[in-house]
This record gives sequence, C-alpha cells and structure tokens, in this order.
Amino acid sequence: MEILTWTYILVGLSFALYIGIAIYTRAGSTKEFYTAGGGVSPLANGMATAADWMSAASFISMAGIISFSGYDGSVYLMGWTGGYVLLALLLAPYLRKFGKFTVPDFVGDRYYSNKARVVAVICALFISFTYVAGQMRGVGIVFSRYLEIPIEWGVVFGMCIVFFYAVLGGMKGITYTQVAQYCVLIFAFMVPAIFVSMQLTGNPIPQIGMGSTVSDGTYLLDKLDGVLTELGFAAYTSGRKEMADIFMITLALMVGTAGLPHVIVRFFTVPRVKDARLSAGYALAFISILYTTAPAVAAFGIYNTIESVSEKKVDNLPIWVANWQKTNLITVDDKNGDGIVQYVADKEANELTIDKDIMVLASPEIAKLPNWVVGLLAAGAMAAALSTAAGLLLVISTSVSRDLFRTFRPNMSEKKELRIARLAAAGAVVIAGYFGINPPGFVAEVVAFAFGLAAASFFPVIIMGIFSSRINKEGAISGMVTGLVFTLSYIIFFKFISPELNTKEYWWFGISPEGIGSIGMFLNFFICIVVSKFTPAPPQDVQNMIQEIRIPRGAGSAQAH
Amino acid sequence: MPKSKMQQYWNKNLKTLFYLLVVWFVVSFGFGIIGVDYLNQFHIGGFKLGFWFAQQGSIFTFVILIFIYVVRMNKLDKEFDVNED
Repeated sequence: MEILTWTYILVGLSFALYIGIAIYTRAGSTKEFYTAGGGVSPLANGMATAADWMSAASFISMAGIISFSGYDGSVYLMGWTGGYVLLALLLAPYLRKFGKFTVPDFVGDRYYSNKARVVAVICALFISFTYVAGQMRGVGIVFSRYLEIPIEWGVVFGMCIVFFYAVLGGMKGITYTQVAQYCVLIFAFMVPAIFVSMQLTGNPIPQIGMGSTVSDGTYLLDKLDGVLTELGFAAYTSGRKEMADIFMITLALMVGTAGLPHVIVRFFTVPRVKDARLSAGYALAFISILYTTAPAVAAFGIYNTIESVSEKKVDNLPIWVANWQKTNLITVDDKNGDGIVQYVADKEANELTIDKDIMVLASPEIAKLPNWVVGLLAAGAMAAALSTAAGLLLVISTSVSRDLFRTFRPNMSEKKELRIARLAAAGAVVIAGYFGINPPGFVAEVVAFAFGLAAASFFPVIIMGIFSSRINKEGAISGMVTGLVFTLSYIIFFKFISPELNTKEYWWFGISPEGIGSIGMFLNFFICIVVSKFTPAPPQDVQNMIQEIRIPRGAGSAQAH
Repeated sequence: MPKSKMQQYWNKNLKTLFYLLVVWFVVSFGFGIIGVDYLNQFHIGGFKLGFWFAQQGSIFTFVILIFIYVVRMNKLDKEFDVNED
C-alpha cells in the first residue's frame, strides 16, 4: 500500500479510538471535569502525565536539535527529566494533600490573598497559551506533510478533535485519552528507532546501539566526531556553549518543568498522597523511554544523513531528499556547480540546509523502512501534539472558570461553573487555532522562555509555601513580581529590543536569555525571604494548614471550597 | 499527633530529600556538566563517560531516585503512623 493510504488508515483509527474513549468517559460534575473525580490509578496517571508532558516539540523536534548541537543538546534531556525529580520530591505529594484543583488555588490559599491568586492566574494563562499555540502548529505541520492537505485545514481539523474531547470529557476524558495517546506515541517513536539501530549497529536497543560499532568496526560516536570535525563542525560529543550557560539553561528547564501548571495539576487526579509520589515515578519512567531513545535517534539521524547525501552527486540523491524538498525542510543548492553536494560548516560554501524536524519525520524513509512505519509516525506525532494541547486547554479553562469567576462570584452553582469551564475551553481552542494558523514570528522562542518564566515565578513561591511557615503574602507577591519582571526584561531586551547585542560579550556572567530564568528564580527566593523577615508572620490558620499538608494521612479526594 | 513527633517525622523527611537531591545534583550538574571534560577521558563501550551521563546516565538515575523516594517515604509514613488506608 501507498504511504498516504497507510497514513489515513492509522491516523483515522487512532482518532476514532480517542473519540470513543472521550464519549465513554465524559465528565458529569466539576470534580470530574477538573480532576477526573480523583480516582485515577497511579499507573494510568503516570502514562497520562507522560503524554501530557511530551509535546510535539519532544516528539518531532528534540532529536533533531540534538543532531545539530551534539553535547549541547543535553540541556533538554537533563532539563526536561530532572525537573520531575523536583516535582516528585518537593511538590506533588504536598499539593495532593492540599487537595484543591489548581496551582493558583494553592497560591491564593497559602498566601491568604486574592492578589497573589490573580498574579498566579496571569502566569498560568500566559504559559499555557504560548504552549498551546505551538502544539496546534505541530498538528498542522503533520497534517500538511503526511496527509497532503493545506496546513490551515490541518489546524482546523486538529482543533475540532481537541475541542470535542477536551470540552466534552474534561479531565476525566482527557486522562483516559492520554493513556491511549501515550501508547500510540511511544510505539510510533520506538519502532523506527529500533529498526535504524539494527541496520546501523546490529543492536536492537537504540540506547546501547548508540554506543556500539558501525559496519567498519569503529564506534559510531567516534566516527561521527571524526566526520564532523573533518567538515569543519565541532565534534559531536564536545560542547560549544560556555559551561556556565549550559548549567543555567539546564537549571531553568528543570525548575521550569516543575513549575508548569498543566503538569502539576495531573497530581490532583490520584486518590492518595502515596499515589501522587508513585505516579510521578511512573511518569518519569515512561518519559525516559523516549528521552533516552531521542539522543540515539539524533546520532543515527545525522550520521545517516551525512553518509547518504554529503559528497554525493546532485542528480543522484536518495528519493527521500526529493520528497522533503517539496516541503522546503531540506534544500540542496549546488553553489560551485560541480554537481556534488558539499555539506560543510562554512556558510558560504555549504550546499545543504536541513531543518531539524527532518531527523525524526524522515527517519523511516532515510532507513528505507516499510510504508506503514511512516503512517505510524504520523499518528504518533499527532498523539503527542493533541495530548499536550488538551492538557493545556484544561488549565486555561480551569483558570478562567475557577480561579477568576469563582473568586469573584463565590455563590455560583456547580452547573453554571461547569458551563463556564466548557465555554472557556471552547474559546481557548479557537484562539490557539488562530495562532496555529497565523503564528507570530516569535512563537518558538516564546515557548522556550515560558520555562524561564515558570521557573522565576511559580517554583520558589510554591516551594517556600510548603517548606517554610514563615513566608507571608508580602514576601510571596514581591518575590513573584521581581522574578517575573527581571526575567521578562532580560529576555525582551536581548530578543526584541536589541537583538544585535544578543551575544556572549554582552550577557551578564555569560548567561543567555534561555538560562536567565535560573537567576530570576534565585532573586525570587532572596526577595521572598527578606521581605517576609520584615513583615508579620502568616495567620495561625495558615500555619496550621502548612502543618497539615506535610503529613499524608487524611488526604481524601480533591475538595471544592 | 504530638508536635514533637510531627517535627521528628518532618526532619527525617527533609534528611531523605537532602540525600536524594545531592545525588540528583551530582549525576546531572556534577558529572554531566561541571566534570564532563574530566570524565570524558574514560569510556563505557563507545560512549565517553561524561557525555554518557549528560545524555543517558543522569536520566536513568533520576528514575531510580524517585522510586527510592517512594519506598523510603512509605516506610517512614508507617513508622510514624501517618500512612493512608
């Protein structure tokens, strides 16, 4: 069968599955809509969290980024997994015991202040919107490449699917759909990786294959280092960025991960504190399957690409190059007219430009795998994008219905709140879709900075709220505002006001805007502690609450006010 | 639960967190970033050791850390009679 036929069949089947699950598990109450009724098993929640967390960027782009940055790409691998350790040890169990529905709920109650709550809502909305726009774009790209329809129609179709199951099913529908999506996406990612690893190194486990020898008996990574340095690039296994910068970016990504509202909220769906701990462990185990395979896919991808294109005749390139040239993700330009492709570090002489997304999307074609693998990959990429989009939409709708409406209209009926939540989700789908079709030029950059902002605003305030009973609302609000304003100003200055100064010589302490969230976080901690020292301690009932969330017994399911 | 007992439980919890976070820091920031050049002179299979920690080893360690935490805390909860169910 043709690639296109396979893609329609596999993507169609997976969509039918998601919709079936959504209808079967639709939410009837606000509790089911916000936290799936608090009855999800730790294993299912772990899978759902993994699907929620691994976005279109993890699935499609991350391996490609590592292909072209080698060791420097480790910041994403360590950053996006190490954050789970912080989440599991420092946040999840306590927030589960606290037992409300959202992160702003916690901030508002712990700091006995609606002002703090509103600041938290604004942070949550900002982070979630930038993220969701990126997911919709991912859906559009997959549709346009694999189903050969215009990108706009791809986005609209994706919107309809997400709208259907997020708005109807709420957290309950989303959770069980995400479990299915995890299975689809991990299968789709692993199958081509295993095939390629077998072909190159004879070892079916990509994690081991990456450290094995290729057909001529040399180690893959050593050979890659040699080939790349010969072409004028830096060696694959050595870094190009400053160590201080790598350190700070990794830290910002870790802490940002732990502060992301759509990840934290997943831990409200399990019945007990001990389940929250365990499900964070399952989540990271499921995530690590993809995250330890991705660096292998990255190394195989760049190796295969150089082997099959570099120094080859322009009119005799493999068929996949022609296929992907249609999408402009790869371009060959025979500048010196010698009929041979030169892939070199020198920009003037280089004749081959490759978009990072190719490394995963084209991997089945590069390795000459059967057509159904290509269709499977399309279904997997779609699962990754849709599951993350749905989780984010839920945070947006909850923030609006619960943290904004409920705060100012405490007597609203549950039915009305549910209606507002669904309306908000619907509105958010439309806005996200609009940005997916007309992406502002800076979307990709803003997504990366969302982590820095989450690190500098949420993380310190939540940690201090649990581990110190002395931190008060004055400290928390001034800390959040300082962290946010500092980080945002640094980013806006270097990215939008004076992009020409965005180089090492001008950065403070050699820290790039991507890593500045770490400094923002330290500032937030510092201000928070100092201001709290000079202002009155929190009232007694808040102090009692802090003691209460520190012990697991008596968690019960998540409660309304 | 009496206050002193509660404080004892909390201190033990903090101690557990401290040890686990030290390991967390050492495998990622220590081996994967600060000490990467030094460790790269050693090899496991075709991997330079520092590079391996940055792209694989730290992630495996993270998973193990969380499961150690789960087991340790469940034990502690039982010991202080604050466990659920």
